[in-house]
Amino acid sequence: MKVELQNLTKIFPSRNKKSNEEVIAVNDFTLTIPDGKLVGLLGPSGCGKSTTLYMISGLQKSTSGKIFFGEEDVTNVSPENRGVGLVFQNYALYPHMTVKQNILFPLQNLTGKDKLPKNEMLERAYEVAKLVQIDDLMERKPNELSGGQQQRVAIARALVKMPRILLLDEPLSNLDARLRLQTREEIRRIQKETGITTIFVTHDQEEAMSISDMIIVMKLGIVQQVGKPQDIYDDPTNLFVAKFLGTPPINVFDGKVQGGKLYIGEDAVLDVNGIDDRDVYVGIRPEGFVPTKKGELNCHLNNVEVMGRDVSIVSTNAASLNPVIRSIVSSDNVKNIAEGQETISYSLVPHKTFIFDKETEERIYF
Amino acid sequence: MSNNSSLQVMQERDMHKVVVGQKIMKVVSQFFLYLFLFAVAFVILFPFYWMLISSVKTLDEYLLTIPTLFPKEFDFINYAEAFNTANLGRLFGNTVFVGVVSTILSLVITILSAFAFARLEFKGKNAMFAALLATMMIPGELFTITNYKTVNDFGWLNLEQYGFTVLIVPFLVSVFYIYLLKQNFMQIPNELYLAAKVDGTSDLKYLWKVMIPLALPTLISITILKMMGSWNTYMWPNLVADNEKYWLVTNGLRKFNVTVDNRPDTPVQMAAVAIVSAPLFLVFLFLRKYIMKGVSRSGIKG
Repeated sequence: MKVELQNLTKIFPSRNKKSNEEVIAVNDFTLTIPDGKLVGLLGPSGCGKSTTLYMISGLQKSTSGKIFFGEEDVTNVSPENRGVGLVFQNYALYPHMTVKQNILFPLQNLTGKDKLPKNEMLERAYEVAKLVQIDDLMERKPNELSGGQQQRVAIARALVKMPRILLLDEPLSNLDARLRLQTREEIRRIQKETGITTIFVTHDQEEAMSISDMIIVMKLGIVQQVGKPQDIYDDPTNLFVAKFLGTPPINVFDGKVQGGKLYIGEDAVLDVNGIDDRDVYVGIRPEGFVPTKKGELNCHLNNVEVMGRDVSIVSTNAASLNPVIRSIVSSDNVKNIAEGQETISYSLVPHKTFIFDKETEERIYF
Repeated sequence: MSNNSSLQVMQERDMHKVVVGQKIMKVVSQFFLYLFLFAVAFVILFPFYWMLISSVKTLDEYLLTIPTLFPKEFDFINYAEAFNTANLGRLFGNTVFVGVVSTILSLVITILSAFAFARLEFKGKNAMFAALLATMMIPGELFTITNYKTVNDFGWLNLEQYGFTVLIVPFLVSVFYIYLLKQNFMQIPNELYLAAKVDGTSDLKYLWKVMIPLALPTLISITILKMMGSWNTYMWPNLVADNEKYWLVTNGLRKFNVTVDNRPDTPVQMAAVAIVSAPLFLVFLFLRKYIMKGVSRSGIKG
């Protein structure tokens, strides 16, 4: 099912009556999420991503704007009638019920013509339990399960009524690192198998990039960029997005454009025609550095970290805003770095180098 | 130097002696502890013992100048006599009826108001709850006079017409139980409520299917405490139930008087008291766990 958000806004009134500090949690969010996609809602904590999710589920009312599921306007439909499945960060399983009862719970609440006969309910519960691979744990209580298993139960409970939309709130944050990798594959698989439009919230860019069909980057209630993970990584619209995506993070420098050339410190690193002279931020992805004898950007070499296939060169430059510059190059490239060498020079890969306006931090294309 | 020598002393000391010393200390302290506990237990239990042995003595033995600590012969007929002459059957019936009805109604009121205070958002919620709590500061006896006036105005003192109403209604609302249960409800994470909403439940269904099962230990405590309360209540029924048909065990017992040759037949009275105490004793014996929980936790996470 297609989800459409139109000018969605959520304003929380100020806590005490004297100050008028309203909090705009979500600001004028307009977006269409195509049917059957897995969408990652990404941003630092407090950026309004969970609020957006709760508004889609109906648990929070929007201040203004509209929400459509397909062609149907659900803005004023209460959560129990929206037909969404929601997985909470802490899973919110009913502790006094067994796994089976937990999964059956949404089905037992169906009334009227949707009501299922008992055996069909059980059938559905077992079917979905099999899908998330917990069908051998049906008689256990939630406190007898591991974190990953609880997570699966929560997903099963959300899926069992065949929701139109599946929403996941930080689904992996309570899992340990190994389980997180495994579970995110699992979520991808389940989403593919069911074909349910799925929106999940995360602050972990790696998680969002690895499994999403589409990423929405948010900051302070405002959508920064929407697109395919690779597109956003390769083509960020502003400095925030560029910094938020990628490990190791992008290297940011103070720079300036003068006479069609981009300067970092004293070094003219790239030709940038058609940009007026001004101060800029320069963002360079770790893979945008190529160490060469006669490179344009001169840095102080700190050390070389060997990672097997690649190496990471750690260097410093006075104009750098990060404490150190981290560049990732293939191991062949470092053979000509001599022992005890103190400086290194790089030439830059143009499409891995982004220029941002110093005031607005918006991308300047060249 | 001195350090060195003291170390030497430590090494040379006979560890066996140390162990023996520790053991003696432990035995002595245990002895005094148990002595104290026995003394306290004796003070508490002796009246019960006296009640039980008196209830099986013959009147003649009871009236001996030097009382016997153990009955010479057992006279269980006292119990039968007590049961019949004190009309204990009706007293029990009345008390159980009042207890069960008031417990059920009280539970309904407590659950619904605790849910409202714990979960719902409405104007003046905190002020209302504070006002309720403030009433806990006033000792219950002080309510007696105003309550009496109120029930009198309602005409409930006419027991023939209104039956047990006057014994049940004034005590249905207990701020303490509401407070207890509200704290308990508030420990249930908000996400469960949101999850249930998404899963398609109404507030009432959520209360019934999730909150009540989770708060069951507290609800059991409340039930027991309320039952015990109804069983023990004395002043109010004594004041309002002037018709013998509506007496409860406590005031029935108080007014129960058997005499033989103008002397009170104390053994029979003791037997009656023993019969009346038995249910509470059993409740305490088997449900002690819940009673303790109920009175010891008000908002403290279990």
